[in-house]
Amino acid sequence: MRPETEAELAEIIRTSRATLSPIGGGTRLRPGEGVAPLDVSGLSGITLYEPAALTVVARAGTPLAELQAALAAEGQMLAFEPDEREGSTIGGVVAANASGARRVQVGACRDALLGVRFVDGQGEVIANGGRVMKNVTGYDLVKLMAGSRGQLGVLTEVALKTAPKPPVTATLAVPGTATDAVAVLTQALTGPYDISGAAWLPGQGALVRIEGLEGSVAIRSKALAEKLGAEVTQADWATVPRAASGDLWRIICRPSEAPRLLAALPQPIAMDWGGALIWVALPAGETPNLPAWSGHASRVTGDAPLTIPAPNPVVSRLNASLRERFDPRAIFASDGTCRQTSRLSS
Amino acid sequence: MQMPAPDQGVIARRAAIAARLAHAVPGAVIDDPMETRAYECDALSAYRCPPLAVVLPRTTEEVAAILRICHDERVPVVPRGAGTSLAGGSMPTADAVVVGLARMNAVLETDLADRFIRVQAGRTNLSVSGAVEGAGFFYAPDPSSQLACAIGGNIGMNSGGAHCLKYGVTTNNLLGVTVVLMDGSVVELGGPMGEAPGLDLLGVICGSEGQLGIVTEATLRILPKPVGARPVLVGFDASETAGACVAAIIRAGVLPVAIEFMDRPCIRATEEFAGAGYPDCEALLIIEVEGSPPEIDEQLALIRGIADGFAPVEFRESRSEDESRRIWLGRKSAFGAMGQINDYMCLDGTIPVSTLPQVLAGIARLSGEYGLDVANVFHAGDGNMHPLILYNANTPGDLERCEALGAEILKLCVQVGGCLTGEHGVGVEKRELMLTQFSQADLEAQMQVKDVFDPQWLLNAAKVFPLAVSAPRREGLRNAA
Repeated sequence: MRPETEAELAEIIRTSRATLSPIGGGTRLRPGEGVAPLDVSGLSGITLYEPAALTVVARAGTPLAELQAALAAEGQMLAFEPDEREGSTIGGVVAANASGARRVQVGACRDALLGVRFVDGQGEVIANGGRVMKNVTGYDLVKLMAGSRGQLGVLTEVALKTAPKPPVTATLAVPGTATDAVAVLTQALTGPYDISGAAWLPGQGALVRIEGLEGSVAIRSKALAEKLGAEVTQADWATVPRAASGDLWRIICRPSEAPRLLAALPQPIAMDWGGALIWVALPAGETPNLPAWSGHASRVTGDAPLTIPAPNPVVSRLNASLRERFDPRAIFASDGTCRQTSRLSS
Repeated sequence: MQMPAPDQGVIARRAAIAARLAHAVPGAVIDDPMETRAYECDALSAYRCPPLAVVLPRTTEEVAAILRICHDERVPVVPRGAGTSLAGGSMPTADAVVVGLARMNAVLETDLADRFIRVQAGRTNLSVSGAVEGAGFFYAPDPSSQLACAIGGNIGMNSGGAHCLKYGVTTNNLLGVTVVLMDGSVVELGGPMGEAPGLDLLGVICGSEGQLGIVTEATLRILPKPVGARPVLVGFDASETAGACVAAIIRAGVLPVAIEFMDRPCIRATEEFAGAGYPDCEALLIIEVEGSPPEIDEQLALIRGIADGFAPVEFRESRSEDESRRIWLGRKSAFGAMGQINDYMCLDGTIPVSTLPQVLAGIARLSGEYGLDVANVFHAGDGNMHPLILYNANTPGDLERCEALGAEILKLCVQVGGCLTGEHGVGVEKRELMLTQFSQADLEAQMQVKDVFDPQWLLNAAKVFPLAVSAPRREGLRNAA
C-alpha cells in the first residue's frame, strides 16, 4: 500500500484489519520491522521553507537527499546531522531519531524537531508542536514521536530546525585505539573549542571536528591541535559505518565507562559522541558479556531485537500503556515484539 | 479564571490526611491555615487559593511516601518548585496537597569528564551553574528568574532563556530524571546522552507541567564556558526595521548566542528605572556573540556589515566588562522597570521570525482598540515574544480588559503560524485558549498520555487543558465507566 495523501493514509489505517508496518525508505529497519509494509514514500515534498526563520516543513516521505539539496541551495542544512543512508526519507530519520556526529554539539534529531503530524492507530490525524523554535504549548508529543519507530502512529509531516552551513570545517586526528581515543575526545569536549564531532574510526584514530567562520576555525583548531598533539586530516562525518558480518550492536554509555566496555568487546566498527556511542559487530546470535554500566546496548540487526539490560518494569509498563493508548487495536507491529493482535481476528 | 469546585470530602478529612502525611514525613507538613497562605499562589499572583496542606520533603523516598498516601486518599497534588510560574503552574486548589521541593537542593554528583551534574530538583537554576563554574563549566538554560526558579519547575515548563538561540531550552540540556509517579512508584528516565531504550519518556516528562509525575532529581548537561562573550547594542528608528535586521542576520549564516529586542515604551521605562544609557530610539537589539577576542571580532564585523544595511541610529559595541554589563542591565531590569510604573501582564507567544513586522503592527493595532499600552521586550532570534500589557489593577474592569487583549494577541501569534507559549507554559492562564491552537483530537492525544501516567488525574489536574475538555477525566467518569 502506498497512499499519496494524509487522508488516504488515515483511511487505510482506519479500515485496516491487519497489522501494518510503516516504512519510509526502508533503510534502517530492525529485526521484525517492515513485515507488512505500509509505504509512506508517496507522501512527499517540502511544504514550507523559510530560511530566515531557520525552519523547514516536509511531508514524511520526502527523500532526505531532496531535503538536504533544497537546504544546501540556500546555504543551510538540517540543524541536526542525520546518520545518512542512501534512499532514506526524512520521516524514517525522525522515526528512528537517527542522529550523527554533530549530536555532541547541537543534539539529536529530536532536538531539531519542531513539530509533527501523524496518524494514530485509530486513523485519527494528530498535530503536535509547530514550526517555531520555542514552544511549550501542551505536552511534547514531538519528542515522543521522534525515535518511536512507528509504534504510536505514522508520521505524515515533520517541521525541523535548519542551520547555516558552516563555511569552514577542519578535522583533527590523533592515532590510537578506541580506548586511547576516549581520553583524547574528552579533552577536546571539555575545553572551549565548540567541537561539532568527536569520533573514533579504526585506522584513523580519534577524530575531532571544528566548524565555523574561517578565522574562528583557524584559531580553535590550532589551539586544540597543540593541546592534543593532533594532525589535520579528512574524514567522512556523514555516515555511520555498517557491520560487514555478524550482528550490529549499538551501545550507549557515559564516555568514562567506554574503556571498561571496550575491554569486554572486539574492536568496534566505530565510536561516536565522544565515546558515548559504540558500534560493534558480534558473531550472529552472540550476546555481549558486559560489566554493569549506566547505559544500554541494542542489537540492531540479526534475528530478533534485543536490548540489555532489560528495562525497568515500570518503564516497560509505561511504554506498553502508551502504545495501547495510541494504537488500541495493535495495528502497528513495528518492532518485531508483535503485541497480541487477537482483538483483530474477530 | 475558573477553577473546579474542590472535593468537599477531602476538605472534611483535612486533619486526618495531614496527620497521615506528618506520620510518614515528620517535620515536613504545614497545615495551619495561616501558614499555608504562603503557598496560595505563584508568580501569577492575580489568582490565589490556599491549599489543603503543604509538604516539604527532603528525599525522593519522602516524595514517594507522600504520593502513596495522596493516591490512597484520592487527594489532588500540586507540585511546586520555587513558585515562580508566570502561568499559574503551581497554583493550588483548596483540596490539594502542595508538594514543595524547596528543601531538595543538594548537588548529588558532578562529573566534569562526562559533562553532567546530578541535582535534586529543588535546586535553583543559577546555583547549578554556580556549582560548576569554578571548574570552567555552566548550565546553559537561563530563564530570567534563574536566581529563584527551581530546576524541577524548569523541567515542568521546559523553560528557555535568553541564550537558547544557541544552546536550546531545558529539554535539550536534560539527560535524565528521577520521577515519582502518582501511585508512588519511582522511575529513572533518560540515560547517557539522554537516551533510554523504547519511547522518549524523558522528552514527554519535560514540559508536562507537573501533570505526569514529580521530578525529584535531574541529570543536566553542563558545557565548558566559552572564552568570552560580548554584546552589541543596535538602535533603529522603527520596530519593523529592527525585525528585518534580525531576519537578515540569521539569513546571513551568523548565529549569535542571543538576540534581544526592546521597543520604545520598554526602553523609556528601563532608562528611568536602571539608567543603562540606552539611546532614545524606536527599537533596539542586543546581540551577543561568544568566543575568543579575535573570534568575537570576526562575528561582530559580519553583524555590523548587515546592520549597516538597515541604517541603525546607533551601533554600540562593548569595549569592557562594565560596558557589557550596562548593555545587559536595561534588558535584565525590563520587567522590574515595567512593574514599577504599572501592573502588567507578560505574554509569551512564539511566532515565526519572518512574521515579526506583521505581528508588531497587529499588536499596535490591538493595543489601540483596547486602550491599553503594550511594551515589547523579547527573544527576537527565536521569535519568542514577551509583550507586556500595562494595566491598573485598581481600576475595575482593567484586568479583564487586559486578559481579553492578551488572548487576542496570542490568537494572532497562532494565526501567523506560532504558538500560545514559548517558555512559560500553559498553566491555568492559557488553558482555555488551547483549542485555538489544537483540535479536540490533538488534545485527546495529549490527555491520553496523562491517562497512562496518572490514571486518576490527581496531579495538577486543572491545568493545561480547557476545563470542559478535561472535565470527564478529572471527574472520573471515564475511569469509572
